[in-house]
Amino acid sequence: MSILLDKDFTFIVQGITGREAVNLTRECLDYGSNVVGGVTPGRKGREVHGVPVFDTVEQAVENHGSPVDGSVVTVPPAFTKDAVFEALEAGMKLIVIVTERIPRGDVAEMVELADSKGARIIGPNCLGLIVPEVCKMGGIGGPAKDAAKAYAPGSVGVMSRSGGMTTEISSSLTAAGLGVSTAISIGGDAIIGSTYAELMPFFEADEQTKAIVIYTEPGGRMEAQLSEWVSENDSRLPIVAFMAGKFMDDEEMKGMSFGHAGTIVEGAEDTATQKIARLEAAGIAVVERIDEIPAAVAERIGG
Amino acid sequence: MRFYEFESRKIVELAGIPVTEYGFCKTADEAKAAAERIGGPVVVKSQVLTGGRMKAGGVKFADSPEEAAALAEEILQLEINGHIPRGVLVDPKAQVKQEYYAGVVWDGTAKRPLMLFSDMGGIDIEEVAEKHPDHVGRGHVSNLLPISDYEAKKVIAATGVTGSQLNRATPVLARLARLFRDNDMTLAEINPLAELEDGSFVALDAHMEMEDEAKGRQKRLLEGELSIEPEDTREPYEPSEFERSVKAIDSADHRGVIQGKDHGFEGNLGLVIGAGGGSLTLTDAVRSQGGKPANYSEIGGNPSVAKACGLAKEVLGKEGVEKIAVMMSIVSNTRVDIVARGVIKACLELDKDPAETIAIFRIPGAWEEEGFKILDKYGVEYCDRSVSMWEAAGRAVAKIQGAEA
Repeated sequence: MSILLDKDFTFIVQGITGREAVNLTRECLDYGSNVVGGVTPGRKGREVHGVPVFDTVEQAVENHGSPVDGSVVTVPPAFTKDAVFEALEAGMKLIVIVTERIPRGDVAEMVELADSKGARIIGPNCLGLIVPEVCKMGGIGGPAKDAAKAYAPGSVGVMSRSGGMTTEISSSLTAAGLGVSTAISIGGDAIIGSTYAELMPFFEADEQTKAIVIYTEPGGRMEAQLSEWVSENDSRLPIVAFMAGKFMDDEEMKGMSFGHAGTIVEGAEDTATQKIARLEAAGIAVVERIDEIPAAVAERIGG
Repeated sequence: MRFYEFESRKIVELAGIPVTEYGFCKTADEAKAAAERIGGPVVVKSQVLTGGRMKAGGVKFADSPEEAAALAEEILQLEINGHIPRGVLVDPKAQVKQEYYAGVVWDGTAKRPLMLFSDMGGIDIEEVAEKHPDHVGRGHVSNLLPISDYEAKKVIAATGVTGSQLNRATPVLARLARLFRDNDMTLAEINPLAELEDGSFVALDAHMEMEDEAKGRQKRLLEGELSIEPEDTREPYEPSEFERSVKAIDSADHRGVIQGKDHGFEGNLGLVIGAGGGSLTLTDAVRSQGGKPANYSEIGGNPSVAKACGLAKEVLGKEGVEKIAVMMSIVSNTRVDIVARGVIKACLELDKDPAETIAIFRIPGAWEEEGFKILDKYGVEYCDRSVSMWEAAGRAVAKIQGAEA
């Protein structure tokens, strides 16, 4: 079992002829994902690692002959909204937005349209998601052989605001023999398609998942939202959280952003210290050191 | 990006929200002329991007144009919280019957703009929300649908405001919400929104902030209407030489991204680290184990040897830096061998022994075998993913502390 993806999941890549997108396509194909088409306006007729390229999403879907489940969007920020609208209009239900530096007004528009169509957005500014040995959608974990090293199938759901840390944490869970059910790089921006709390019900419904690990940072209300969700829903899943960026609590760091666009302390509520307190009050275990995660998970699954 | 009060005033005015006659002045003479044009008593306000103007003596009242000139002279030279004013704003001393608050902010949880209104203006809205929650009206607007006036009306009516006040305030809040969306603002506030003796509503003070990512598409407003130079980035502080140099190295080559910050850091351990989340994790790990970072940095994407070398050289060139720690979370895009080559080259070009200078190299992932071979050759201590980021940071700290002892 897994969440959001399975072995039959089909997707296209929008902006497929870009340098990074070409690599991403290769990686996903090597991992066994069903990349059924690509779109770059004006490049119809080409191929990227055997994947046919089209001018429009509609053409790509038509060529596939049956509905396509999702799209990985990797086009420049000024064109991302249009690309996502096109994918939503063509009926895609899961959209991974890799692009960074998109104004949040655009992101909010995309999310609102997706909601109205019953579709889900992951990102922006993310690496996508992976179900170990089944499917990967996006650059998460890198080339297939590297992804295999870090991601073994197992019982832990991972959600992270940092793409790189998704793999770092998953690798330590894999090394500890716990493995990963589904790992999601949710993105580092102030407004994102899917927050921890919004993804929790999917993990809750997945039998394979026995525990959750989240990687989090200062800035925003996402952790407060998760704390509320945990308090309101009688979740069966223990959650272990790691908070990076504690140094940003220092007075001289106020108003500066580090790491990701969303990682900026704007009020007293969104500092690392405040967030840790709130997560702990909701019964979420917050570990001090990154290497304490596997043991903290094992302890909670065992007990 | 923050706007000065005089710019916010202009933005509000452009959106069709009434404002009083005002003048932005850079000299005492200009202030005098503005006061003459406005007529009657005026208020002279320092234009700085910081709070606490009133307390610091940056807001003063004048009864005549001559007095306004004298006060402007004084305020123009008054530094507030380390900020030199950009100029002064001369406003009429308005006859206010009642002060209101109108604002629009992002609600990150609902992912929609949130309109706020209060009949208790002039004070901090957070304070009102806490002490008098029934005096704050709230309402989300759609990101996609046109914003209708009735949506603003509902928010205002929720605070108990009715009569002609309701009808006057409604278009102000609706226009503020449209302005917020159209101009990619992250904050749009009018506080106070004043009802004058004659019953009219005017924005007496406004506070606007625009999303940095949207500056490119808001050129017409920024450069056209407000004459803000593209170089006027309004960072919360002046970039240091280190920060400027790293930025220049980054711009010189399109491959990969490097960033460096040293504002607020003054240690002896240079950090050549990445990526976004990895850098945050590693900086904490160094500090929690007693280390003193000399800087913060981020390596992202797949930088060239020259870029990695450039970053390492800048870090090593900082005063007081004895060693560098080269660390990242597991990489899939960044190539380990290229970063290894870059940091070794930096040491050699500065006549330093890489084995002594690089406290630890912990970058697992793509091309690691090749990278480790190079590090072996120069005797640099390195580790793979079996050594955690915490432990690698600890080793670097132990080494630099050992060198100190």
